Amino acid sequence: MKIVVLIKEVPDTWGERRLDLETGLTDRAGSTPVLDEIDERAVEAALAHADAHPGTEVIALTMAPASAAATVRKALAMGATSAVHVVDEALRGADLLLTAEVLAAAIRRTGFDLVIAGNLSTDGGGGVLPAMVAEVLGVPQLTALSRLEVGADAVAGDRVSDAGTMRVSAALPAVVSITEALPEGRFTTFKGIMAAKKKPYETVDAAGLGVEAEDPAVPRYIMVSVAERPPREAGIRITDEGDAGEQLAAFLIAEGVA
Amino acid sequence: MAVALVLLEILPGGALAASSAGLLAAARRVGDPVALIAGPAGAAVGAGPEAAVVAGSNAAFGAGRDAAVGAAADAAAEAAALGAVRVLTADVDPDALTLPVVDALAAAVARESPDLVLASNSVESRDAVARVAARLRLPLAADVVGLDRDDLGVVAHHAVFGGAFTVEGAPTFGTLVATLRPGAVTERLEAQPLAVERLEVVASGVPSARVESFSETSAPSTRPELRGAKVVVAGGRGVGSREDFALVEQLADVLGAAVGASRAAVDAGYVPVSAQVGQTGVTVSPRLYIALGISGAIQHRAGMQTATTIVAVDKDPEAPIFAIADFGIVGDLFTVVPQLISALEAQKK
Ligand SMILES: Cc1cc2nc3c(=O)[nH]c(=O)nc-3n(C[C@H](O)[C@H](O)[C@H](O)COP(=O)(O)OP(=O)(O)OC[C@H]3O[C@@H](n4cnc5c(N)ncnc54)[C@H](O)[C@@H]3O)c2cc1C
Ligand SMILES: Nc1ncnc2c1ncn2[C@@H]1O[C@H](COP(=O)(O)O)[C@@H](O)[C@H]1O
Repeated sequence: MKIVVLIKEVPDTWGERRLDLETGLTDRAGSTPVLDEIDERAVEAALAHADAHPGTEVIALTMAPASAAATVRKALAMGATSAVHVVDEALRGADLLLTAEVLAAAIRRTGFDLVIAGNLSTDGGGGVLPAMVAEVLGVPQLTALSRLEVGADAVAGDRVSDAGTMRVSAALPAVVSITEALPEGRFTTFKGIMAAKKKPYETVDAAGLGVEAEDPAVPRYIMVSVAERPPREAGIRITDEGDAGEQLAAFLIAEGVA
Repeated sequence: MAVALVLLEILPGGALAASSAGLLAAARRVGDPVALIAGPAGAAVGAGPEAAVVAGSNAAFGAGRDAAVGAAADAAAEAAALGAVRVLTADVDPDALTLPVVDALAAAVARESPDLVLASNSVESRDAVARVAARLRLPLAADVVGLDRDDLGVVAHHAVFGGAFTVEGAPTFGTLVATLRPGAVTERLEAQPLAVERLEVVASGVPSARVESFSETSAPSTRPELRGAKVVVAGGRGVGSREDFALVEQLADVLGAAVGASRAAVDAGYVPVSAQVGQTGVTVSPRLYIALGISGAIQHRAGMQTATTIVAVDKDPEAPIFAIADFGIVGDLFTVVPQLISALEAQKK
């Protein structure tokens, strides 16, 4: 089986994350880039299947600037078989539609039985990409799975929404996205890091995928303004000396919220 | 006037989802809101034996089915009452996940040529509009918090990185597809006279996942919904156990608040995941947010730092939550909160 895992480099959520106020794009210089935690879980889900089913191929795929290579290597060090990295200056600031079309073209090129993605990226993604990729590929999507079962020719899982839990299934090929209910990604070992250096790592640009990045006939979503909110400041702070509950009650009443 | 097409969601019982009013109000800023209700045959316009409707998913299984008959007949009327100038209804196969709704949406777009296609940024709806955008090659704005129009067309507003940045985006031309953050728009529209039209849908034949079963979330809470709540009382790891989480709920009830939680509290099983506030949970922007035993990790703050007033109770004076709290108490929540509850109750009398 061929599993393509969609991985994305994002600013580390532990640091301050910034947008470049000129371009509206993520300020990569101002933040530490990491493999998104949810995508580590997606890689883990693919590797768990591969562990139990020798012969499974796990391909890590990203569309990201060249500088994301270290992040892609992390997926290889975890145990992915090979990596495909779409790099193209013309794709900087690509909107969701273009990103989906590029990723789908790359997936088609490698071939796939199953695509595994994160349900929601941590850098402002709206969790829409997996369904868009599925549509371009013409296959079913099973998103936001909190439980994933991969069979030889089908995939199933549980999908939690506000209204309840749904059990869904589909014949392969299909696209799934997983939630943080799935296990964390495994640690990389020294052996894994060394092995990653020898694994196939392909870079490809938009033209190589047959995608026209700057087609004027296709509408795009563009950013027209970016502004920064002033940071919040700390207000009153007291240490409880036996009457903090009463003081808080008085504060809430004075604020008109109780 | 231009049309703004809105995909509405129906609950397992047949009523419109809570997101509907905000969706219609947000869309109205762009054009005349036209609602699409896509459900099993007979739903929404009444009469059908299986009248449970749901957009983008299937909640018509199990217990909800019988209760839905009748209730769903009112969905179209409810949409009009919430401001839809017209309601389009389409029959879809409830056992096929998302694709029948995508086909219905595509048909509605072809018929209405809207300036905007809007749906809730919920698990149920976002896949449907995401697929429609990909199919029709339309630009997509995800997780918007509001919409507007300027001389050039539709403008969407986003709150990025926990509200630290605000971004405006627009399509270069043509129809914009967008998902709206639940609870972000609190404006409400006036009722419109009911005008229902049936939409003919040609199936695209794109293979779809199957919905094998559905179990409704047991015992729907009587508390306000977390998204869009005016007051949120949230508990973290510091609450210590599932049993003790009752204290958080007790305070919430005194304040008429929704209950929230940190990821650590969710991971520890004190509360269901739907209560998670933060980066990978729900983003809230209430009038008042009370954090109890929550250290205030950056990922948690990302989901609540735009609250008007923030109150925090934590034992650790170094907890980062204090950096953004308007009223911070360094203390044990198990002494502070019971005292707060009695003081509030005494005040009520
Ligand atoms: C990619 C990513 C996404 C994440 N997404 C989220 C998210 O969406 N939401 C989220 O919340 N977290 C998220 N996290 C996790 C986040 O980093 C923190 O681990 C989490 O928020 C900690 O929860 P907490 O504050 O309840 O626990 P802790 O950090 O352990 O804090 C518990 C606090 O309780 C206090 N305490 C203990 N006992 C008492 C007492 N009796 N009285 C008063 N105070 C007491 C302690 O002093 C401490 O400050 C994410 C992390 C990552 C990496
Ligand atoms: N540029 C990208 N390259 C590869 N995968 C991506 C990219 N953007 C998003 N994804 C995948 O889509 C998931 C959801 O992202 P999003 O729609 O941005 O919330 C992520 O967790 C990734 O698995």
